[in-house]
Amino acid sequence: MSCVETIADYALRSIGFGERLLPREGYTLCQQFTLIGSGMIWNIYFGVLALCSGFVLAVALAVGKASANPLFRKPAEWVIFVFRGSPLFIQFFFAYLLFLSLKNSYPFFGAFTAAWAGALVVLFLNTAAYSGEIFYGALRSIPRGDMEAAEAYGITGWNKFRRITFPTMLRLAWPAYTNEAIFLFHATTLVFFSGFPAWQQRGDALYYANYFADKTFNPFVPYPILAFYFILLTLSVVGLFALASRRLNRHLPREARQKLRLRPNFLR
Amino acid sequence: MFAYCTDPASLDGLAWLACYLTTGKHMAFYASFGTVMLLLAVTAPTALLFGFGGAVAARARFLPVRMLGKTYIAIVRSVPDIAFFLFFVIALDQGLEYLRLLALCPDWDQPVRQGNDFVVCSAAKLPSNSAPQWVHEVYGFLLAMFTFAIVFGAFAANVLFGAMMAVPRAQIETAEAYGMTRAQTFRRILVPQMWVYALPGLSNLWMVLVKATPLLFLLGVEDIVYWARELGGSVTPRFSDYPHSDWRVWYFLALLVFYLLLTRVSEIVLERLMKRLTFGQATTGGMAA
Repeated sequence: MSCVETIADYALRSIGFGERLLPREGYTLCQQFTLIGSGMIWNIYFGVLALCSGFVLAVALAVGKASANPLFRKPAEWVIFVFRGSPLFIQFFFAYLLFLSLKNSYPFFGAFTAAWAGALVVLFLNTAAYSGEIFYGALRSIPRGDMEAAEAYGITGWNKFRRITFPTMLRLAWPAYTNEAIFLFHATTLVFFSGFPAWQQRGDALYYANYFADKTFNPFVPYPILAFYFILLTLSVVGLFALASRRLNRHLPREARQKLRLRPNFLR
Repeated sequence: MFAYCTDPASLDGLAWLACYLTTGKHMAFYASFGTVMLLLAVTAPTALLFGFGGAVAARARFLPVRMLGKTYIAIVRSVPDIAFFLFFVIALDQGLEYLRLLALCPDWDQPVRQGNDFVVCSAAKLPSNSAPQWVHEVYGFLLAMFTFAIVFGAFAANVLFGAMMAVPRAQIETAEAYGMTRAQTFRRILVPQMWVYALPGLSNLWMVLVKATPLLFLLGVEDIVYWARELGGSVTPRFSDYPHSDWRVWYFLALLVFYLLLTRVSEIVLERLMKRLTFGQATTGGMAA
């Protein structure tokens, strides 16, 4: 079987198109590259959707945590604490089992016992909590002068938030937020190793890498392939975020623009 | 455990629960919390050691060593940590067995990789087939610990590298002006002063390490996740004196609470430590105190 055929058979295997059976012999480099790459579809799916939806909740959480009203502050603080304070791995297990028991009483939750929806909910809440904390930190470090200047111009309320607070917060949080995005993509590899089953062996990149490592008993091929894909993914995330950072900082004089640190000291 | 537990069928309510929660298997479950704490206690200093080595290598003057240090930091940071865990556990095992093969079986002439098998002579097997069960368990735990140390060592190296850079240049220049050599400056000035700059990063790292401990389960160690799955699953009267339906969700809720408490306690302790260490230092934290 030539490599082109392998690609035709397995390139979309992870979402259910093409050859049903996974390779059982040979385990050529081509097969490993194709299948692990096919699994990356899931990593990108989870990462992109969780990041986009999580962003909205993260801003709400940050504003809530910075609010003087305990009615908004307390829930935001708790959501952030619970999701940042416990391991994602345990959250996946817990959510899966929770959805499983909810399914018995409400069939509506049936979809959430599958990874595509259930794990997405967990990742969404998880990244919202982490980014919320980052945005909250940025919110508190907005220079007082900026806000005073806005008020002096008569900009208040929603307008002030939309035109001054929010863009400044985003600009200050951006390097840390880039880091969070990278970690989120890394976290997506946990999905199929926790409670969520990989239905019909449609898994993510790590699932297939692990499959090959188990079958060939040789970790030195599939994991470096996985690493290769993730380094590519990390570089493209960094590139996209650098573009956004350029736009966020476009009003600043050239020297004052923060250079986006490619290797921030910040950990998740 | 309690005297009245001898006949489980006659129990109900709280007495049943008290007996259920003190069965032998539950004791193993509680002991596995000790495994997690042990892993944390052993891994943290080892990772710090690896990190120190990595940071020193990354700022070495000799180019190949510097490249090695920087590559170590960069690679571990851009690949998911769980991939490293899965990789190193097999890779370390096979590497050790291969080294033992070279040392113990000099007349071995077959290739090590035969098709989909990794074959070494029986003397090189690690741990040997005849070893008791606990040796296998300890070996598995040590491999897991070493893997954690390698991965978190890279994170620590990143933090310590930043901290070394953050020590004010004037301090180093003063030391040089006093005629200290590079090694002396490093030992007497740089290392004692860098900790306060490293602490925020290291606290963060500790939190990440705490939250990575459930991954022990994936490395084949019988940790709390393993036991929660075992004990929580449905138990029928055929297999146990204490039948119950699927309780895994409660067991995982308990684990969630355990980790939240651990995080909270760590936060409080680290905050105190930070306050003490920055006392009187020329940093924002010290100024505020």
